[in-house]
Amino acid sequence: MSVASPAIAIVLTAVVGCALFSALGKNPLTAFYTFFVAPVAGVNGVAELFLKASPLMLIAMGLAVGFRANVWNIGAEGQLTVGAIAAGGVALHFYGSNSPLILPAMIVAGALGGIAWAAIPALLRTRFNANEILVSLMLTYVAGLLLNYLVHGPWRDPQGYNFPQSQQFTAAELYPILIPGTRLNASVLIAFGAIAAGWAFIEKSFLGYQMRVAGLAGGAARYAGFSLKRTVWIGMLAGGAAAGLAGVGEVAGPIGQLLSSVSPGYGFAAIIVAFVGRLHPLGIFLASLLMSLLYLGGEQAQMSLNLPPAITGIFEGMLLFFLLGADVFVNYRLKRRRTARGAPASAA
Amino acid sequence: MSVPRLQLSGIRKAYPAVVANDGIDLEVMPGEIHAILGENGAGKSTLMKIIYGVTRPDEGEIEWEGRRVTIASPAVARKLGIGMVFQHFSLFETLTVAENVALSVQGAQRGANLKARIEELSQRYGLPLDPQRLVHSLSMGERQRVEIVRCLFDDPKLLIMDEPTSVLAPQAVERLFETLRRLAREGCSILYISHKLDEIKTLCHSATVISAGRVTGTCDPSKETSESLARLMIGRDLPVVAHPAPAQDGEVRLAIAELSRVSADPFGTDLKNISLTVRSGEIVGIAGASGNGQRELLEVVSGEEPLERPGVITVCGVEAGRLGPAERRAIGLAFVPADRLGRAVVGSLSLAENALLTANGAGMVRRGFIVFDAVQRFAERCIERFGVKCGGPSAQAKSLSGGNLQKYIVGREILHEPKLLVVSHPTWGVDVNATAFIRQALIELRDAGAGLLVVSDELDELFELCDRIAVIAGGRLSPAKPVAETSVEEIGLWMSGLWPASQAARVA
Repeated sequence: MSVASPAIAIVLTAVVGCALFSALGKNPLTAFYTFFVAPVAGVNGVAELFLKASPLMLIAMGLAVGFRANVWNIGAEGQLTVGAIAAGGVALHFYGSNSPLILPAMIVAGALGGIAWAAIPALLRTRFNANEILVSLMLTYVAGLLLNYLVHGPWRDPQGYNFPQSQQFTAAELYPILIPGTRLNASVLIAFGAIAAGWAFIEKSFLGYQMRVAGLAGGAARYAGFSLKRTVWIGMLAGGAAAGLAGVGEVAGPIGQLLSSVSPGYGFAAIIVAFVGRLHPLGIFLASLLMSLLYLGGEQAQMSLNLPPAITGIFEGMLLFFLLGADVFVNYRLKRRRTARGAPASAA
Repeated sequence: MSVPRLQLSGIRKAYPAVVANDGIDLEVMPGEIHAILGENGAGKSTLMKIIYGVTRPDEGEIEWEGRRVTIASPAVARKLGIGMVFQHFSLFETLTVAENVALSVQGAQRGANLKARIEELSQRYGLPLDPQRLVHSLSMGERQRVEIVRCLFDDPKLLIMDEPTSVLAPQAVERLFETLRRLAREGCSILYISHKLDEIKTLCHSATVISAGRVTGTCDPSKETSESLARLMIGRDLPVVAHPAPAQDGEVRLAIAELSRVSADPFGTDLKNISLTVRSGEIVGIAGASGNGQRELLEVVSGEEPLERPGVITVCGVEAGRLGPAERRAIGLAFVPADRLGRAVVGSLSLAENALLTANGAGMVRRGFIVFDAVQRFAERCIERFGVKCGGPSAQAKSLSGGNLQKYIVGREILHEPKLLVVSHPTWGVDVNATAFIRQALIELRDAGAGLLVVSDELDELFELCDRIAVIAGGRLSPAKPVAETSVEEIGLWMSGLWPASQAARVA
């Protein structure tokens, strides 16, 4: 049944989406084609699909490590931003250097940036029992403001006509393009690597087993002597590292510089990806492609159907809503009962 | 002859994997105390759920006072006059007795005279209760009284008691029996579920024995012996636990020195100045009604609640106070907690995966990765050697019956050849057959040179298993007395906290 509810959710999203299109006066079949098929017609479309899917799959895999152990890192968007800042900082500091080490240095800096940002809620949780959901979420906005300050101030491109953006990174500071003529770059390999590493960690490693036990039964983890603090640390830092790497993938990939915003909400969308993928590596891989298609379809719908950009968010929201709804109906039975007065009332 | 209060005929209930009840006939007369006797998984609880309206039978008829009825829900059962006291209480600890009762009774009775009615009922049936007391301050016996009083509000004609004595001290058991006898004299029928043969012999007027979903016999228990009852229940003689004399002067495996500790749980029990020694080759028992500090003591011994000072607890010669559970396991301690699902095993994981919970030292983990072959082999070995009935190592832990799961857990710990095994309630809710098996396995472990500490609230069990027995009461521990020099009566008396002060002082 755990596979059934994502499938049900996808079908319901498509059906309600079509109904929404016809309510807006569009031919639902055309709209459906525009949204789900047209974006991936051709090599360029598929390249874009994987380009957008790779940060989602990377972050979702990192978050899933924590989610499986009931560690709720909701601040991947902020960790992505700090990762981008750290990588961008390295790029700007060594600006113009053609050293082949510059990109690896940026990747390491980005991962460390994400880890550092995730370490704050981890520390507060393990030391003061502060709720990691709230802390990590609030730090997202702090990270956004930090990035804004940098691109408006010290890191602004002197030749940039006062636009809030940094200098364009040089070729040595960018991921190499994998398929010539498209924007698909080598960062997708990092995402694939993360899926493989995530699978090995979750399914094969003893540490992954300990985290699963901690998520399923805290009492059993305590009895076995598995450290709950370590669980929190690993869960938070895995998500932070993955989000930081995704940040590098953006600034050293399609964006190529620091802007006042470096992500269209990948850090939040990845939470949906993780759950639609049932916190399983293969599921996350497929779910990230689906979510990426929603992004591309949303853009296509804006251009050819004159629909507002909110359409992507609506589809994301519907997908999560139907998934959670389907889970409720998979796990619980709806029962009609009569109240004391004899009036029928329904309760779950 | 009068009309039976309750008559079941041909009750059948099948679940996908198992037929729980198969053609059960049962007749309960007014004022009769009727025992339902059977092993775990025999179908007792399914039958009670059918009578109380929790589940519906596939086939068969229920007649209530000569009239055919369908019991669709517990509410219908209560309206007919059927009450049930469950093994696990459902009381709100932060509310008073009166508030707890008020939550369950129907509107009209809820008014100002509620307290008066509680007092009246509790006096009439010998169930002393103060309606104003908060439930968390009550003993297990008193909590059970609240549950019973709550049932009495509905004027039940049939009261179902599910293993009521498993939480009681011996004196409280006698008191409960008085109450039940009085209820029966007034015409209330009682269905008494238990696997304790001697209780059934002293209390019940008749007994229906169930095995594998079928009725295997009815009898008058007062005319039977424990042996003949057991034979009816398991189809052969009761296995006898052999108990050779303990080894003398073994080395000290566990030493607790003047342990005092304030419980982290506001409703917990503080430990006061506890000292205890367990040597290799002996089994030391700790008796006491539950809730007297056993949980707190065991958490300290297992390492789930490490201490500040290392020297307070010595395990196998190592000062272990600050070590966690995994580190203590590495120096030879194994622990079987009282809670199975969610503590000793994770219910949704397979038996093999659960082997990994405490077994990561035995070649099952290499360079941080799980060696699945080794895990599988360990689980198979445990299942085979301890006769665990299950679908194999990949069966989910929660799919096993309580007795089989307990065999697996005890087996898992014994297979690691611990130097010190701490067991809490080794046979709680386990049938006689598995009980004898588990006790024998513990004694064999002792004879192999391990030291054992057994915590239980069943005195019979402790007297059968242990070489020395101590009593815990109110967070204080009595000196441990050799079994040969004490008696059930003396230990029962000590359970109220009264043991000779001179001895207590000598140990302290």
